[in-house]
Amino acid sequence: MPARRRQGTNVNSTVEPYVLNIGPQHPSTHGVFRVRVVMDGEVIRDLDMIVGYLHRSMEKLAEERTYTQNIPFTDRADYLAAMSGNLGLALGIERLAGVEVPERASYLRVIFAELQRIASHAMANGTLVSDAGAWQTPLLYMFREREKILDLFEMTCGARLTTNYMRAGGVSFEPPPEFWPALKELVAELPGRIDEYMELLADNEIFLGRTRGIGVITPEDAINGSLVGPALRGSGVPWDLRKAEPYCVYDRFDFDVPVGIRGDVYDRFMCRMMETRESVRILQQAIAQIPAGPHKNDIPLALRPPVGEVYSRVEGPRGEVGFYLVSDGGPAPYRFHLRAPSLINLSLLRELARGASLPDAVVTLGSIDIVVGEIDR
Amino acid sequence: MSEQPMRPATPMLQQIAEHHSLLQRFMGVSKEWKGFVFLLLAGFGLANLAIAYVVVDGRLDGHWYDIRDLGNAVAGLRGWMQDEGFHPAVPYVTTALLGALGILSVVGGWLLIGSWVERRVLAKFQIRQGPNRTGPFGLLQPIADAVKLMQKEVVIPRAADHFLYYAPPVIIFIPALLGWGPVPWAERMSFLDLNVGVLYTIAISSLGVLGVFLAGWSSNNHYSLLGAMRTVAMMVSYEIPISIALLAVVLLTGSMQLSTIVAWQANYNAWLILLLPFAAFTFLFASTAEINRTPNDIGEAESEIVAGFYTEYSGMKAGLFMGVELGNAILVGAMMSTFFLGGYTLFGLETWIPGYLILTTKIGLVYFLFVWLRGTLPRFRLDQLMGYAWKFLIPLSIAQVMLVAIEASIFARWDVPAIFPLVAFALVNLGLTVEMVRRWARALGYAPEIMAQQPVMATTIGGLKAAQKMRGG
Repeated sequence: MPARRRQGTNVNSTVEPYVLNIGPQHPSTHGVFRVRVVMDGEVIRDLDMIVGYLHRSMEKLAEERTYTQNIPFTDRADYLAAMSGNLGLALGIERLAGVEVPERASYLRVIFAELQRIASHAMANGTLVSDAGAWQTPLLYMFREREKILDLFEMTCGARLTTNYMRAGGVSFEPPPEFWPALKELVAELPGRIDEYMELLADNEIFLGRTRGIGVITPEDAINGSLVGPALRGSGVPWDLRKAEPYCVYDRFDFDVPVGIRGDVYDRFMCRMMETRESVRILQQAIAQIPAGPHKNDIPLALRPPVGEVYSRVEGPRGEVGFYLVSDGGPAPYRFHLRAPSLINLSLLRELARGASLPDAVVTLGSIDIVVGEIDR
Repeated sequence: MSEQPMRPATPMLQQIAEHHSLLQRFMGVSKEWKGFVFLLLAGFGLANLAIAYVVVDGRLDGHWYDIRDLGNAVAGLRGWMQDEGFHPAVPYVTTALLGALGILSVVGGWLLIGSWVERRVLAKFQIRQGPNRTGPFGLLQPIADAVKLMQKEVVIPRAADHFLYYAPPVIIFIPALLGWGPVPWAERMSFLDLNVGVLYTIAISSLGVLGVFLAGWSSNNHYSLLGAMRTVAMMVSYEIPISIALLAVVLLTGSMQLSTIVAWQANYNAWLILLLPFAAFTFLFASTAEINRTPNDIGEAESEIVAGFYTEYSGMKAGLFMGVELGNAILVGAMMSTFFLGGYTLFGLETWIPGYLILTTKIGLVYFLFVWLRGTLPRFRLDQLMGYAWKFLIPLSIAQVMLVAIEASIFARWDVPAIFPLVAFALVNLGLTVEMVRRWARALGYAPEIMAQQPVMATTIGGLKAAQKMRGG
């Protein structure tokens, strides 16, 4: 550079970097997530992630509540996948206290967890395409299916978002009679809808141009960053807890795990899309196989598990939802820790966004699919 | 205790309550309003009938006076004023004011209808209801929006450059209105039938940059500045493909006058979109970039830079920016119709139906296309959009201009009925365009079969080793 400067031309025309504050109120931060970006023109040089705007001190509060009273916290953590959180904590409490679960309850859990996965993936993919600039249309179409699923939740447990449905020893309610025809109708309708979205988006040139080769995560990086869920599978690591260590009755179902080949935004998007299809397959089998019987075993209200600790994990829509519970023999957990998939998946954003342009960073953030309730807790 | 009327807690709530009662009063007398509107419409219809009677009867001193020929009416007025011995400036100023009033009313009406159409149609695309509370089918929604925007507080950032901050919403409106000048609404019915109309159009369309850049700069906000920089870069880039696309039109029709271009299309019964498909596509695509509409709305990409160059504007100032955007879309619709869709003509139907109604229909169709695109497509990235202009549109447009130049000289020299060369040109241009686009895209590295590779199903479950095995196998 100095050699050229002597010739009198101003070749070194780099712009002075400036700081752009994105969030906590911004259309594409998916909640109250805040990023402070150091930018050079349109290119991101560095970024600072600032979380905590939704911190509710969940883990500390949980230490003063009984195990059953803690289940609603999992609704508020990942508020787009309440059922998965419920399931993870219920399984943890059961393992800690040694509670048996009736078979029908396990099937109901699978059905609701898979419905929740479809709803959550619909939301994630819809907002991702919205971030890529399709003005809300795919989002609203995907909401159509999500609404039907939330209707099913409402029918069963009275709540649409914060379901509080799973219990240690089963599920809180038996679905009403009108639930099953509605579910069957939805399951019959879903494959066609998914094909429709694939048709609209999978080959869309603009969408491909915006997502192919953007935010690439190699398998090594993904494992080193302990990514989970579609973010991990999108980068080519075939890891799914439902297959790796089947809980509930997942070992009785025939389904596949889609794995990306490039690890970019498009792969993560498509993994979610194809996982939705597999979820429909699981639902079909679960509806066919579900046995009759009680939906829960009676357990004491103030459950006092023996002294010990347990780490239970399930495959939520965003990946491994883990609960670390320590019991001191009392009615409340001595320690309650939530391993939030969003928080850990988000930790790679800085590496991904450095050197990328602002639109790419926005799409990458959308593809990681964060839920701020879970990050901040 | 006496009954106290309930008082709103704050002045703002008081205002809201008052406005609410205003609205109620307005809704309460809706019957009278309906009667008024009915009378207005009936009067309009009767007047039309009377004029039609006059026309059919051939009165007016034996001259054949045509209601469609509003241009002639203004010319007559000017002639009368000159005959009466006014100062020479008066007739020109008067007729100019009349024309400006006409354009303003047309554009204003379009803005109202257009915003309703956009919201309603977009809602239907997005399986929503859209506006349906204000009036039948929510038709009064634009008026309600305008009233709401006008009574909103205008917040000005303290760090903004005040004078420059006030100017852009006004400045940006000027080209949006000036652009309507040379548009022929019917035969002999345009405000300003310039013989260099194409040049004028291009010149005016590049004026919009000024307002955008001023808005982005004066707001003193990084989002605004980013949006302004993006918009300016895009507008400057897309001027060129637009100009080259219009060059092809000019070469073939041999005129820069918009009315002559329309007359050429009417004369040969050939819309230029059939003869020059690539030019039409370039014009449409580049126009969406110029006017900031999907898929090229990167200047105000809401998921990235909030509202782009007008992030800091509130109230009616923001409303003006949105109105200009809409007005520009309609203007582009008019240009598109005039240059490529036969303008106010429709294969001889213009002798039976007023030309401006035909043009309006065509504008509506192009506008519907814009709304459709907005409801369907994601957004390009800035560098992709620039690359698309410089690497793809400009070289191919230049190639097309060369082709059209050859065709124009053949057309001028070949002494056969015009239908033969025109059909041949249409076929050749379409075939060559498709082939050129495909080959050029391939040469630029476009490979859909690699791009759309989809995830595969896992054969094993595991960590890194399983991943490597899957990748290797």
